Amino acid sequence: MEIGLKILVPLIEISVVLGIVLFHVAYITYFERKILSHMQDRLGPMEVGPHGLLQPIADGLKLFFKEDIIPAGADKIIFSIAPIIVLVPALIGFAVIPFAKESITIFGLTFKPFITDINIGILYIFAFASIGAYGVILGGWASNSKYALLGGLRAGAQMVSYELALGLSIIGVLLLSQSLSMVQIVEAQNRIWFVLLQPVAFVIYVICAVAETNRLPFDMPEAESELVAGFFTEYSGMRFSFFFLAEYANMILVSCIAAILFLGGWHAPFKFLEFIPPTIWFILKVYFILFFFIWIRGTLPRVRYDQLMKFGWKVMIPLSLANIIVTSIVLYIVRG
Amino acid sequence: MFGGYLPSNYLPIVVFIIIAIAFGAGTIVAGYLVRPKKTYPEKLSPYESGMKPFSDARTPFPMRYYIIAMLFVLFDIEVVFLYPWAVVFNKIGLYGLIEMMLFIAILLVGYFYAWKKGALEWD
Repeated sequence: MEIGLKILVPLIEISVVLGIVLFHVAYITYFERKILSHMQDRLGPMEVGPHGLLQPIADGLKLFFKEDIIPAGADKIIFSIAPIIVLVPALIGFAVIPFAKESITIFGLTFKPFITDINIGILYIFAFASIGAYGVILGGWASNSKYALLGGLRAGAQMVSYELALGLSIIGVLLLSQSLSMVQIVEAQNRIWFVLLQPVAFVIYVICAVAETNRLPFDMPEAESELVAGFFTEYSGMRFSFFFLAEYANMILVSCIAAILFLGGWHAPFKFLEFIPPTIWFILKVYFILFFFIWIRGTLPRVRYDQLMKFGWKVMIPLSLANIIVTSIVLYIVRG
Repeated sequence: MFGGYLPSNYLPIVVFIIIAIAFGAGTIVAGYLVRPKKTYPEKLSPYESGMKPFSDARTPFPMRYYIIAMLFVLFDIEVVFLYPWAVVFNKIGLYGLIEMMLFIAILLVGYFYAWKKGALEWD
């Protein structure tokens, strides 16, 4: 009975989180199309449901019933499992994200506001996020297509380059919070959000997060005008949709991390606004960052690949190292 | 053996990984039952803007990617060392601060060497 409950509660939590994440992934594609359309003075999807609200469901169903083509000369096994290697790390990162402040009790079962709180939370997310790069490179290589190979190589080099600056940028936050656990990092921001103490780190984090998720203006791996679709040129049907699912799930994941590390997680910005539930604050912050991602997609042109790599190695890495050095020295002086 | 800590906190992650893989594999298998399977050579040929594909796609690629991967491994180790240092920063005091500054200084020497040697150039 005891062990049964220990398994049952996480199982329910995992199902709920997975459902919520997939729902938001589906609807973030809708919001992206709508926001981009309105920025370009268009209406966007309008036909399926009121204001096109059922469009993501129609898209999902369509892709489910599409033929799944494995091109001739492709490495069948690697080609088949690459989308799953990309998708799984994007989903399981959500295991340590704290969505709210307090546990809730339903039918005598206590549900914590996170699936699990491990003391290496943020390291766990980054460790698994790196595995996604394997799926991208393997998928590009296995396709037996020149566009896919080039896209996969570019994506691999870009992801590892920006992963360095991404990893370095959050060390300032860790110095302040003295913990890797996501819950403790949020609690450490009780008085002041870390974005005010670590503005440079926040800027570096956001830029690297855009590059890590291969989004505009850093979407060289799938640059439509030169590489067709980059590493997933040869993919179709459900496997194609997995790359998309993973991209948007990663977008939501990096937004959640930004909200937790820099924007105070579920904390309200001011004391008098605390009557609004913590979960609402968390969702608002995540959607603010997601909107920012879509906004820069609608605003900025794509950069050149050599500019991207030079920027990553010659600007972001020295800057994030300088941020760590300054933060640690100032902290040592302030704390004595 | 794990002091009762490891299994209870990490078990949900193992379960989540299994569920995520099952979700991925299950969706593809379920799709296999309903989707059409009509293939012919033209459909299976790799996309090359409507032309007949020439030569194998697995061609040699520039050395730069390899150098970037090498540099990534070197600097990622530095990042891994910085994480535990940041977490115990308050406890190890001035000694830890100076040690890490020396460590970063040594790595910066290597970084500027790579820069001057042109390893970070892309043209």
